[in-house]
Amino acid sequence: MASEHSPLAQFEIKRLVPMDVGGLDVSFTNASLFMVIAIAAITLFLTWSMRGRAMVPGRMQSMAEISYEFIANMIKDNVGSDGRKYFPFIFTLFMFVLFCNLLGMIPYTFTVTSQIIVTFALAALVFVGVTIIGIVRHGFKFLTFFVPSGVPVVLLIILVPIEVISYFVRPISLSVRLFANMLAGHTLLKVFGGFVVSLGIYLGWLPLGFIVVLTGLEFLVAFLQAYVFAILSCLYLNDALHLHH
Amino acid sequence: MPQLNIADFPPQLVWLAISFVILYFLMAKLAIPGISDVLESRQNRISSDLEEARRLSEDADKAKADYERALAEARAKAHGIVSELKASMAKEQDASKAELDAKLAKKAQAAEASIRDAKETALSHVREIAADTAKSAVAKLVAFDVSDKDVEAAVASSMKGDA
Repeated sequence: MASEHSPLAQFEIKRLVPMDVGGLDVSFTNASLFMVIAIAAITLFLTWSMRGRAMVPGRMQSMAEISYEFIANMIKDNVGSDGRKYFPFIFTLFMFVLFCNLLGMIPYTFTVTSQIIVTFALAALVFVGVTIIGIVRHGFKFLTFFVPSGVPVVLLIILVPIEVISYFVRPISLSVRLFANMLAGHTLLKVFGGFVVSLGIYLGWLPLGFIVVLTGLEFLVAFLQAYVFAILSCLYLNDALHLHH
Repeated sequence: MPQLNIADFPPQLVWLAISFVILYFLMAKLAIPGISDVLESRQNRISSDLEEARRLSEDADKAKADYERALAEARAKAHGIVSELKASMAKEQDASKAELDAKLAKKAQAAEASIRDAKETALSHVREIAADTAKSAVAKLVAFDVSDKDVEAAVASSMKGDA
């Protein structure tokens, strides 16, 4: 009973349909359910709103077009013209993170992006993908990415390890940023929700007001973190494609 | 923290992979082409409309230039006609005026001549009448016939004296 009211109880994985394939636990969990809901919602949103294919878009069609142009411009500005073929991936990544964040804002739902393993898997996908793109494109020259140009050789002894570490820290910082934002926001909402109940009818209005404000902030964070995740992926992709330094 | 429960990792990773791959294909094959088609066709429509508008505006400019040229031509032509007409009218007027002047002068001359004739005739008659009157007056006064010759000489001398 105590764990039910813990602010962290909302992050617990519940196996809705226990499954096992060759010793591997592939149970359909509450997280799985909301991943499926997210991809269904994204697909419905983007196809249903575009069904009119109107020359002058309505509200829903404008939203779908704005999402498209938002990511298209992000790639154009941060990666350049050779980033175009990675557009579907960045777009998928952005929409997935955004919808998981937003779905989590509905009470009693599960926030997929508050799971470190999920955000880490996405960040690792970006990191490994970008590294492979860099190596395929530049071969051994990709290693010069870790060597800042125009720096005395003596300093390179210090700078190269720093560059290498900062490169390998990328998936961790990328995943922890999203995870921590979601975790903190949802935990805070839950904690203050508990205050509303425990302070009762007279003082409970204060934390309730705070929750209202915080909910608005959390919607902002939901958009912002999806944006940050997508734009950092773009920047990493740009580094791999153009070896800036 | 429930997120760090390693036993929960495999099902999440498996379902993340499944849903992400499905979503990727749905986006790449279905949603993105749908949106980009609409955006592209709108872009094409806009640029073709702009092209059409530019063409129409060029046509309008050309038509305006044609119209202005035609107007200038017509104006020049009208001006020419007017000045020609003015010149011919002035010439005609001059000619008829000269004719009229000549006619008037001729008439005036004729009138002057007839006046002179009448005057002379009158004058000669005056002389005759005066002579007759003088003759009869003399006859009545002195009761004798004066010869016409003497009377006329007398009249002439008196008229001379008058003059």
